[in-house]
Amino acid sequence: MNSMASSTIAPNPASFIANKKHLGFTAFSTSSQFSIPKCNRRISKKVCSVMAPQQSERRPSTTGSVKTAMTMTEKILARASEKTQLSPGENSWVNIDILMTHDVCGPGSFGIFKKEFGQNAKVWDREKIVIIPDHYIFTSDERANRNVDILRDFCKEQNIKYFYDIKDLSDFKANPDYKGVCHIALAQEGHCRPGEVLLGTDSHTCTAGAFGQFATGIGNTDAGFVLGAGKLLLKVPPTLRFVMDGEMPNYLLAKDLILQIIGEISVSGATYKSMEFVGTTVESLTMEERMTLCNMVVEAGGKNGVVPADSTTFKYLEDKTSVAYEPVYSDEQARFLSEYRFDVSKLEPLVAKPHSPDNRALARECKDVKIDRVYIGSCTGGKTEDFMAAAKVFLASGKKVKVPTFLVPATQKVWMDVYGLPVPGSGGKTCSQIFEEAGCDTPASPNCGACLGGPKDTYARMNEPTVCVSTTNRNFPGRMGHKEGQIYLASPYTAAASALTGYVTDPREFLQ
Amino acid sequence: MAASLLSLSPNPTFTASTKPSFSPSYHTTPHFVKFPNTSQTPTHLIVKPLSTHSPRASLSSIIPRATATPTTSTTQTSFHGLCYVVGDNIDTDQIIPAEYLTLVPSNPEEYEKLGSYALIGLPSSYTTRFIEPNENKTKYSIVIGGYNFGCGSSREHAPVALGAAGVAAVVAESYARIFFRNSVATGEVYPLESEGRICEECRTGDTITIELAESRLINHTTGKEYKLKPIGDAGPVIEAGGIFAYARKTGMIPTN
Repeated sequence: MNSMASSTIAPNPASFIANKKHLGFTAFSTSSQFSIPKCNRRISKKVCSVMAPQQSERRPSTTGSVKTAMTMTEKILARASEKTQLSPGENSWVNIDILMTHDVCGPGSFGIFKKEFGQNAKVWDREKIVIIPDHYIFTSDERANRNVDILRDFCKEQNIKYFYDIKDLSDFKANPDYKGVCHIALAQEGHCRPGEVLLGTDSHTCTAGAFGQFATGIGNTDAGFVLGAGKLLLKVPPTLRFVMDGEMPNYLLAKDLILQIIGEISVSGATYKSMEFVGTTVESLTMEERMTLCNMVVEAGGKNGVVPADSTTFKYLEDKTSVAYEPVYSDEQARFLSEYRFDVSKLEPLVAKPHSPDNRALARECKDVKIDRVYIGSCTGGKTEDFMAAAKVFLASGKKVKVPTFLVPATQKVWMDVYGLPVPGSGGKTCSQIFEEAGCDTPASPNCGACLGGPKDTYARMNEPTVCVSTTNRNFPGRMGHKEGQIYLASPYTAAASALTGYVTDPREFLQ
Repeated sequence: MAASLLSLSPNPTFTASTKPSFSPSYHTTPHFVKFPNTSQTPTHLIVKPLSTHSPRASLSSIIPRATATPTTSTTQTSFHGLCYVVGDNIDTDQIIPAEYLTLVPSNPEEYEKLGSYALIGLPSSYTTRFIEPNENKTKYSIVIGGYNFGCGSSREHAPVALGAAGVAAVVAESYARIFFRNSVATGEVYPLESEGRICEECRTGDTITIELAESRLINHTTGKEYKLKPIGDAGPVIEAGGIFAYARKTGMIPTN
């Protein structure tokens, strides 16, 4: 048992934050929010291509003659703004490398684009727009189906290069182009690259920060602007730094780390701020785990999250993109608004209790909470490794689940992994076989699913006021469908362990 | 009401609006009025928020956009109406639940429909409904909340639903970033920040006046006054009707 177990029941003794420095940092807050520089420059492709070669010459980060140190986020935004220097609080027109939209916000963004740039307007760059239907796909809701049709029409009209279409809703496998959850698909299809700027009409766009890039969610109006102009006015956020050191115990996952952090700083603790994750633990994380970490920065209010790119990143990207990219890193003297330190070896499996992602508790503190179902899926907890983790718990226990357990792979690729990859130590069984033996529901068609409720006929939607342990990202009232439903956010380990007992359960009961 | 606004408007630059134009429903009683401060000659009128029958939308069919001229003058505005009070961390699922996101805000009919679902995701502990059954509009033109209002999803449907329901301003202790940005970008609602926890001192149904220029909120029901944080440079963008309208008005992008 963990050494802190006996010392206190409080989930987070202050000792976990060994060193929280407040580096008096006030300058950024005085800048006005919307000091838009007056520029009559009609944004055109020409300007972009003329400016592009200068970027390498002006790059401030690697020359060694840096005047003022910058954080990674500041550097990425400076380079994308064709500036040598940017400070927190400054507003800057930032060139966008990738704009992503999906079936929920795409139609509205296109509507604004057409209204403002003209019915016959062309998007700024047909190769930099990625359109991923993923939210409401396997539904008979006519308006939801229509929205996917709108995406298809727009992509055809604009000759969009990356459109991951689905036409045959009866069998997703009949749609080779279809991917599924946008944030995971972006990574798997090689659209996430270090040093770049990625915007998306979805708050969990921040997931891509795992690749050492600036990625954040925007609304339809901003997306409409980017579609036509290829740039957007962004305010440079100050950075909070999270240093996570120590060996990760085998019962923890990145989900526990981010729940720990959100519990520490609250759901608004990083509002308007960037969150940078460093330390030996972070370095040891796989790309999918880093994505989990960055995925939920928005649940702390964060504008973006970043993990410095390293050999793990480069290896992941090897067979995914041929586009040249250039990572940047925080300078040693960079100014961080504050720094938090965690000894990960001392942490325990966590949950976020209803109805807020910062309502943190130890999983074992909630062992008397009876649950009605378990949900494993979404951009947060529906990746290949998330299912591998759940399978590991089922395998270790050899028992059957006691509550309905719903599995929604994020993407078609994840689905194939669930059915194809052998689970280590299982004698060659796949996740799907282990899930079947444990009595889980058959893995569903990949999409955002019930993470955000959706149309009434959405698979695994909470249509009754039940209690659910979920690997998703939000547990606000009504998030998964029913307003009186209760959602406990947890790691795939904890979710699987809870499925086996019918109560919120610490996975150490099965993993040790 | 619409007529009087029209006559007050010497230079209606606000017609470049990001709001979809829809048929004004004149039968609806406006639940709030706004008072352009005439102590200073207004060069244009703020129209956005302030009437459920959308004078701006109706004007846009009459006055050509080309009349827009850049101006830097500030217009002083007041909002007056009933308030609806909510708590902390009102997330976008409570403002507009995900099942309604199939509605496309840039489609005028669906814009109206979105409004009818505003704040429908609030739990049953809110005993007073924000919008009465079978109504499209709310009688509360001002929403007062606690900290981190609008957290969660990036859905622009959230400020749009409030704006479409007839909300002129939200007053909260603090905002989630994307909601604030979307409010400004669309010009749908003024996201105003209070200095303290007004949400604990106001009750749903209180009569409120907001003096934007003075950054002041008056609760006529309790007789108390509160200081608001200045809206700053975001004010003119909302006033213009969103970032596109503002950018055109100030010459950043050409008028079409």
